[in-house]
Amino acid sequence: MQADLIQEARRQAEICNACRYCEGYCSVFPSLHAKRAFTDGDITQLANLCHNCRGCYYACQYTAPHEFDLNLPAALAEVRRDSWESFAWPQTMARRFNTHGGAIVAALVVGFALIFAAIRAIGSAGGEGFYAVLSHNAMVAIFAPAFVLPLLSILISVRRYWREVGGKGVKFADISGALGRAAKMQDLAAGHGEGCNFEEEDRFSHGRRHVHQAIMYGFLLCFASTTVATLMHYVMNMPAPYPLLSLPKLFGLSGGVLLTIGCIKMVALKLRSDRHVGDAKAWGGDIAFVALLGFVGFSGLALYALGGTALMPLLLAVHLGAVLTFFLLTPFTKMAHGFYRLAALIRDAQRKRLSD
Amino acid sequence: MTQYDIAVIGGGNAALCAAMTAAEAGAKVLILEAAPKAYRGGNSRHTRNFRCMHRGPLGPLVEDYTEDEYFDDLMKVTKGKTDENLARLAIRTSEECLPWMEQRGVRFQPSLSGTLSLARTNAFFMGGGKSLVNAYYRTSEKLGVDVIYGAAVTHLELNGDVVEWVDYTHEGKSHRIKPKAIVVASGGFQADTDWLTRGWGPAAKNFLIRGTPYNRGVVLADLLEQGVNQVGDADQCHAVAIDGRAPKFDGGIVTRLDCVPFSIVVNKDAERFYDEGEDVWPKRYAIWGRLIAAQPEQVGHVVIDSKSINLFMPSVFPPLKADTLEVLAEMMGIDGTKLKATVNEFNKACGDTSAFHPTELDGVATKGVMPAKTNWARPINDPPFYGYSLRTGVTFTYLGLKVDENAQCSTQEGPIKNLWAAGETMAGSILGQGYLAGYGMTIGTVFGRIAGREAATYAS
Repeated sequence: MQADLIQEARRQAEICNACRYCEGYCSVFPSLHAKRAFTDGDITQLANLCHNCRGCYYACQYTAPHEFDLNLPAALAEVRRDSWESFAWPQTMARRFNTHGGAIVAALVVGFALIFAAIRAIGSAGGEGFYAVLSHNAMVAIFAPAFVLPLLSILISVRRYWREVGGKGVKFADISGALGRAAKMQDLAAGHGEGCNFEEEDRFSHGRRHVHQAIMYGFLLCFASTTVATLMHYVMNMPAPYPLLSLPKLFGLSGGVLLTIGCIKMVALKLRSDRHVGDAKAWGGDIAFVALLGFVGFSGLALYALGGTALMPLLLAVHLGAVLTFFLLTPFTKMAHGFYRLAALIRDAQRKRLSD
Repeated sequence: MTQYDIAVIGGGNAALCAAMTAAEAGAKVLILEAAPKAYRGGNSRHTRNFRCMHRGPLGPLVEDYTEDEYFDDLMKVTKGKTDENLARLAIRTSEECLPWMEQRGVRFQPSLSGTLSLARTNAFFMGGGKSLVNAYYRTSEKLGVDVIYGAAVTHLELNGDVVEWVDYTHEGKSHRIKPKAIVVASGGFQADTDWLTRGWGPAAKNFLIRGTPYNRGVVLADLLEQGVNQVGDADQCHAVAIDGRAPKFDGGIVTRLDCVPFSIVVNKDAERFYDEGEDVWPKRYAIWGRLIAAQPEQVGHVVIDSKSINLFMPSVFPPLKADTLEVLAEMMGIDGTKLKATVNEFNKACGDTSAFHPTELDGVATKGVMPAKTNWARPINDPPFYGYSLRTGVTFTYLGLKVDENAQCSTQEGPIKNLWAAGETMAGSILGQGYLAGYGMTIGTVFGRIAGREAATYAS
């Protein structure tokens, strides 16, 4: 962890702790006000609790040009990204993608190349539909490790995080409490439930919260689609292709639409927001990541729409390439934030439970 | 250029309440705010709550807070120096103000952690006063109110019973406008140290100003010079004891120190001078502002020990810390031997401390030391020892424009037809001394609305 980033966030948190005007906005402030002094782990926890809703920034009487120069959302955003990079495993990959949009684009090109190479080298092995392009076994051989290894990496990272923030034994209530907040994205709604300050300075709106929900639920639906299809293939012996009125298709289509629209709108929102109230350095990486995620959704939809045409093999390769890149980069891009956020919310629910 | 019905001078709570009320009544309103946009809102930026009468639960407020109880609370702090008629008007109207504020974008939150709970009497703004100011600017904008930031009003031309025009400078150029009516809501003069020094004497040079550096009293002085009726004296200001390391201006809430009740406070000669445990701190910080102002070099030194360090809200700057009183005294720049003697004398006067209760008047008092400490008197004997310096922080000034129940200004000859005042600049019409937390916002809101209403009626 970078000591200067933590120290700057600590300086700001100490001023906040003497003020407390923002107590009602989000989870960060009650957690902050429960302490008198902040360890590095405390600051890391606060950073990952912060959803960058910016309510506190625009309400703050101490932002620049005031000499206290508070910008808590930015200070925490920088600590947050640094924490993901510091806990990431393996470390050689840790600091390449969050701040470098170009690296994500390069990785995508590599992803395309790998899939094209696989198609050339392995081919159909007699399969039908999509499997006429690349055999089912080949897809599994590529994607099973591409899914499991990043997940393993994330597990190692989140475990490191949990140790750093002093997490204790988890009870079911901690998890259910955290999932409840995450499901509603309550920390993007502000205490008064009117949303965050992301679109136009201090104006409250639900724009970011709704767009983020579209992305999260869209992604989860796509993930559910793949999971259901895997079960149908192996457990029920029902291989693809599936008709429109089947769970994989219904989940996949609705999820793909939500994901695509959500990502497009998220990029538009980010372009309108004040960059200096977030992690300005991670701007390019953030935008590229959201674009990649949106492209995963969009290419999936395109594949569905044009799956019966001659474009299918090309679209399949492009979609699988995007998915492969997305999976492999999960521990090293903004995608990791979902895991950390959930861990932070669980830790916060635990803190509240233990302090009662 | 647009012909404005009403010019509102100032850009804080009272100004915005006046502007919104007038605009809602159909008037074309211009706000002239001296501060740049980043510092808009005057001292309202630093506020955090609104003291509100209510019969039954209202918004974030629990139980009841009757007019009489509110008025009694006020009389206690002002020692009777209160205009009962106007004070009661403000109190009575506060109840209808709270929903009015919510309709215009203000959001409330529960009473803040770590402070004395004011859940029954004071409605806290979520995000504090700047968020209130932000909401009001947004509402004003929707109502068609124009705002010029960095517009410093230099002169109002008073001719008999009418203000003829308003002069202001903006981006280095002078401008003159002739609105039909004017609302002055540009605060007090506390940021003008020379004026403060003329009123208070040389001690005022060492005062810190807790709020905006833009309250320089230019408009107030201009109107008083032209014979507009004045209220209050220049030597009256609301001052509290704050962290001596606070910035000269705009330190706001975070510079408060809540540790005095658990401490002894000495002056630069290492002598105690007042009962540190007289009452809970929110009821005493103002008295301490004056006490510190009366000490040599306008400074006090708080000494506590390790058993008290976690009993109060964390301070914005860390305390001085030392293992012995002598070293602490050296860090404070006072005589260590004398401090040690003062602490010893105090410690000897401490008795049974078993009833100690940090949040209630516990009656744990000293015996045989002058001045006595009448609550929370525990010996200062557990190292490490901690120290803070205290200075006088000026919150607002009482000298201002005298108004009637319609917020209207006057001269010796009678009312000025088109001039109203609201907020801190006329608060002296209600309060002669003392202060009750959240009452400034009540005055600003109530009289801002009245001024806006009256000005709009006149302008139409």
